[in-house]
Amino acid sequence: MRKTLLKGLLNAPLTEGPPPDAGCAAYAAELNRAARMRLGRSLSIRHIDAGSCNGCELEIHAVGNVFYDFERFGLRFVASPRHADVLLVTGPVTKNMREALLRTYDATPDPKWVVALGSCARDGGCFAGSYAVAGGVPEVLPVDLHIPGCPPPPAEILRGLLALLKAPQETQSSP
Amino acid sequence: MPALAELIAQGRPAGPLRPWPRIIAGEKLWQQLIARLASGRATLLGLWGEAAAVHMAILDEGARYAAVATYECPEGRYPSVGQSHPPAIRLERALRDLYGLEPLGLSDGRPWLDHGQWGISQPLGRNPAGPGEVEPYAFLPAEGESLHEIPVGPVHAGIIEPGHFRFTANGEAVVRLEERLGYKHKGIESLMQGAALDEAALIAGRVSGDSTVAFSYAFARAVEAALGIEIPPRATWLRAIMAELERLANHLGDIGAICNDAAFALMHAYCGALREHVLRTADACFGHRLMMDCIVPGGVSADLSSRGFETVRQLVAMIGKEFPPLIELYDNTASLQDRTAGTGIISPALVRQYGCGGTIGRASGRAFDTRVTLAYPPYDALLFNYDIPLLTDGDVNARVWIRIREVEQSLALIERILARMPAGAAIKAPITAARGGGEGIAIAEGFRGDVLAWVRIGTDTRIERCHLRDPSWFQWPLLEAAIEGNIVADFPLCNKSFNCSYSGHDL
Ligand code: SF4
Repeated sequence: MRKTLLKGLLNAPLTEGPPPDAGCAAYAAELNRAARMRLGRSLSIRHIDAGSCNGCELEIHAVGNVFYDFERFGLRFVASPRHADVLLVTGPVTKNMREALLRTYDATPDPKWVVALGSCARDGGCFAGSYAVAGGVPEVLPVDLHIPGCPPPPAEILRGLLALLKAPQETQSSP
Repeated sequence: MPALAELIAQGRPAGPLRPWPRIIAGEKLWQQLIARLASGRATLLGLWGEAAAVHMAILDEGARYAAVATYECPEGRYPSVGQSHPPAIRLERALRDLYGLEPLGLSDGRPWLDHGQWGISQPLGRNPAGPGEVEPYAFLPAEGESLHEIPVGPVHAGIIEPGHFRFTANGEAVVRLEERLGYKHKGIESLMQGAALDEAALIAGRVSGDSTVAFSYAFARAVEAALGIEIPPRATWLRAIMAELERLANHLGDIGAICNDAAFALMHAYCGALREHVLRTADACFGHRLMMDCIVPGGVSADLSSRGFETVRQLVAMIGKEFPPLIELYDNTASLQDRTAGTGIISPALVRQYGCGGTIGRASGRAFDTRVTLAYPPYDALLFNYDIPLLTDGDVNARVWIRIREVEQSLALIERILARMPAGAAIKAPITAARGGGEGIAIAEGFRGDVLAWVRIGTDTRIERCHLRDPSWFQWPLLEAAIEGNIVADFPLCNKSFNCSYSGHDL
């Protein structure tokens, strides 16, 4: 055990640099300015799975591994919607989850933002049209930002979340 | 007592199911099969339906013989399997919700997947009706002095899928846990009906994202069986590489996550890094981190280049070097062992009764791995005389160790698959409408256990019916047993060590 710990201390970290700014700017452009102004430099995120296949969850987990280490940017996942600034919603919204999603939204204090993650969250993806699916997240909640992909790779998730943190002047100056 | 095969031979041959026999069972034979399941001389592999029939997949483990029995029920009623064989109860409740088929004699009349939100009831039955009355779900009562209830979910505190857990506790000790699932029900069987093969393959790969390879694998093999398609040899072996990479990634993730739930974050960090390496390798070689849509009916959609060979070899060598110190770390950390050893025990008898596969089954002494027990190519050529890693303690610790052993074996397997990979440019056989329809069934071993896929395809190669059974169906009920007598605070640990799929179960 001591050897493992020592190795961890002595070796260079595996953590990679932040994603290039250009990617974030594209997302930031999608967000309304007021949102960015008010969120400042730290973000509490509550993830809610509204009916995903669980692929999106795997990649959200990956954002926490040592390569991406999202916490260094001031992002963190919180256990209760009452502590959250942002709801990160995955999956098509199943009818069986619609009420739970709405209640989670209501339990989140204002100001709050909703990020829809993955193709399903946009429009229901390949599950759209089923008797059991209400549709994408926009069918149920106002969505501020969408991160595309099936599932979006961790670097993409990070880019999207960082866009929320960017101060408006920073993103305006970038191309 | 006749063998299962003899019993099946008494039925009226039905349909052109391939490769297992399918028979129509009359009342008497159906009851005999139920009695066989209930007495532990056969294992239930699946129970699914259509508008006027119930199908039951049944296995004789010793003889490595599997078959499907169909009970025709134009009246919408069939003798309940679950009443004498509890593993079928939730499947029958789901059948009632989706098809309106009534299991005669089943005492549990509560819905399972239908939460009264669909705006329709019995959506796949012959006469779909308007929404029924929404009654509050009646959890089973637990009575006694100083008992209290703790409701948890459907929305949990972590990054995890939704489901409801109702604990009855006496102080800290759990007296009973009852699960309520179905929150993620997406109506996958209805989406499959009438879908073109490529659309259906897409959906099959998204039944449970963490097992996307296993589901695509089982689905593709069922389709190929139905249509009598031979796939190129190279595709067969490429599939196995993908399946082993998926197993590796998930087991590494799980080992880390279980330790994390015992507050040992160091393992989590190290295992998470190894997992990330596997996913990046998959991405570099096959173009998708989880390898979604890489296995398709007819073969695979991505070949492994010579660079890819090297990348996979490097990955195997790297994990082979980095993993042993982690095993040592797990083995030598007393505070961690203190949490995992003796926690969340399930008995070998229960695992056998439920036909519970995967790491959970093997940690409780059930030597069942479909790569061996119902071997399919290329594993039939690879795993001859293979010893399935087995433990009998049935606790969290045993489930960790089975995963550790399987990581080691997957690493060895990948090397052997690479060494035997047939050359050739072809990786996908064409599927043409001219082939006509058919019915096929297949099983594939995912990291979680045995995935069963059954399809019926029409002459236009569109899906008529498809059923995909996640291993979790026979694992979720055992979690209720595993937690009994443990403290509430150990639930996350037990749950993680099971790692059942919500999405795969809810369909
Ligand atoms: S976007 Fe893809 S990975 Fe995410 S929930 Fe939907 S199907 Fe699964």
